[in-house]
Amino acid sequence: MNPVLKLLIEGGSLTTSQMAAVAGLSEAQVDQHLEQLKKDKIFLGWRPVLDLSREGAAPAAVRAVIEVKVTPERGGGFNRLAVRLARFDEVESCYLMSGGYDLLVFVRQESLQKVASFVSEKLATIEGVLSTSTHFMLRCYKEQGFLLDGGEAPGSRLNVAP
Amino acid sequence: MSIDPKQWVASHVATLPKSGIRDFFELVAKMKGQDVISLGVGEPDFVTPWHIREAAIYALERGKTYYTSNLGTIELRKAIATYVEEHFNVTYRPEDQIIVTVGVSEALDLAFRAFCNPGDKVMYHQPCYVSYQPSITLVHGQSIAVPTFARDNFALTAEALRAAWQPGAKILMLNLPCNPTGGTCTREQLEKIADFCREKDLLVLSDEIYSELTFEGTHTSIASFPGLAERTIFLHGFSKAFAMTGWRIGYACGPAVLIDAMMKVHQYSMMCASIIAQEAALEALTRGWDSVLKMREQYHRRRDLIVRRFNEIGLSCHLPRGSFYAFPDVRATGMTEKQFAVGLLEKHKVAVVPGTAFGENGTGHVRACFATAYDQIIEACDRVERFVQGTRQ
Repeated sequence: MNPVLKLLIEGGSLTTSQMAAVAGLSEAQVDQHLEQLKKDKIFLGWRPVLDLSREGAAPAAVRAVIEVKVTPERGGGFNRLAVRLARFDEVESCYLMSGGYDLLVFVRQESLQKVASFVSEKLATIEGVLSTSTHFMLRCYKEQGFLLDGGEAPGSRLNVAP
Repeated sequence: MSIDPKQWVASHVATLPKSGIRDFFELVAKMKGQDVISLGVGEPDFVTPWHIREAAIYALERGKTYYTSNLGTIELRKAIATYVEEHFNVTYRPEDQIIVTVGVSEALDLAFRAFCNPGDKVMYHQPCYVSYQPSITLVHGQSIAVPTFARDNFALTAEALRAAWQPGAKILMLNLPCNPTGGTCTREQLEKIADFCREKDLLVLSDEIYSELTFEGTHTSIASFPGLAERTIFLHGFSKAFAMTGWRIGYACGPAVLIDAMMKVHQYSMMCASIIAQEAALEALTRGWDSVLKMREQYHRRRDLIVRRFNEIGLSCHLPRGSFYAFPDVRATGMTEKQFAVGLLEKHKVAVVPGTAFGENGTGHVRACFATAYDQIIEACDRVERFVQGTRQ
């Protein structure tokens, strides 16, 4: 596997020069790998993992997951509808699922009303969408591998030990 | 009448020196809050995998708070037997050839107390873990240090063993891969050592706590050679591979008669290992192997990084085949290992341990533990570089 991709998957927040040191490459080589990954559309972009529920971190936001049932199309299956849905700025993520519904859509907005109007005015009105079921997130405990609270006790290891 | 409490300390304890690590620990402790990067630890930076911790919590919830059999729970001993057979190619009976102990440290202490008469000679390779020589002294044994060298990647050689051997030597203590050098033996080297043990009729105590952290080739246990299991106490534990140092849980495997002798000492001193730690250890053996592999991969890359940097800086460093320690030679700087460690700590806030803490054969070296995050290793190496450059000017 591409050594830079491996480090990206592990999710450590290494700089290019640190990645170079760890992988035993030059910085230019790391940059080349990153460029190639971008060209191959494997590496899509950087995004920090934030806990925005912290007081004063950011204006209040509402997150919701929406289960969407759709009618698959002859020829294209679910793809055309899924992409059409995913293009909305309100949508953070969109997945095709097995089971009781077809698409699972993650949405973030400033208020409950905005989510509600997105669902009722945009999403539900798209031709082919049969039904939606919206669930609002109350609290986040773990985000993309990071525990929000109650992680490991910091730095209690002895500095020197046998 | 003034009382001198010193008079009550047994003479062999009174004369026992404190670990060299202890002095250094005090020095580092004084620098608290000063952005010290520590490469001085002897444990993983990973926390015990959650599924193992969760198993311990579950055990508590079910009220598992009692003593276990002196030998440890039979479930754990069965799991150990399976694990040791799979990974070390040696078969032990869970019923009477395995004892669960409070870390390898206790197992080692039991072995010395069970097998060493006053005056018995014990050979061990050095540099080595800090407690080997004192443990021998505490049972009034005579210790014989066998040197290992950087030119051999700190592998123990049969030639060095033969040169150090004395008539009457009874026990050979092995620690491969080795703390602090990361040295270990190839199968061929180990075979010669096995031959030597047969020839000199030695009892082998083999501390293989770092065996899962072998990066080149596969680890071979000396107990797996023909006829060696009959004269070997295989010592192992969970601290390093499963990141479980604080649980204090390990085990010893060997001939039933020898395990029974160790059990006698254990039952009168420790009674049994903590049941919570035993439950956690059972989970580790049953479902923990994926975590071990993930951690080993991390250590492997960190090793390559730190060894490459040390050599770039001009500190000659052999490639440790196992463990999570690099053991560079600092003599090119013109400093002793102690001057180097103290100077590096005071000027650039990086803690390493002087090699002489692990015996006189560690002269000229320092131990740097690479069980720490990449960015910390990179920054620490940059600081070492500035320190070395500063001393050259």
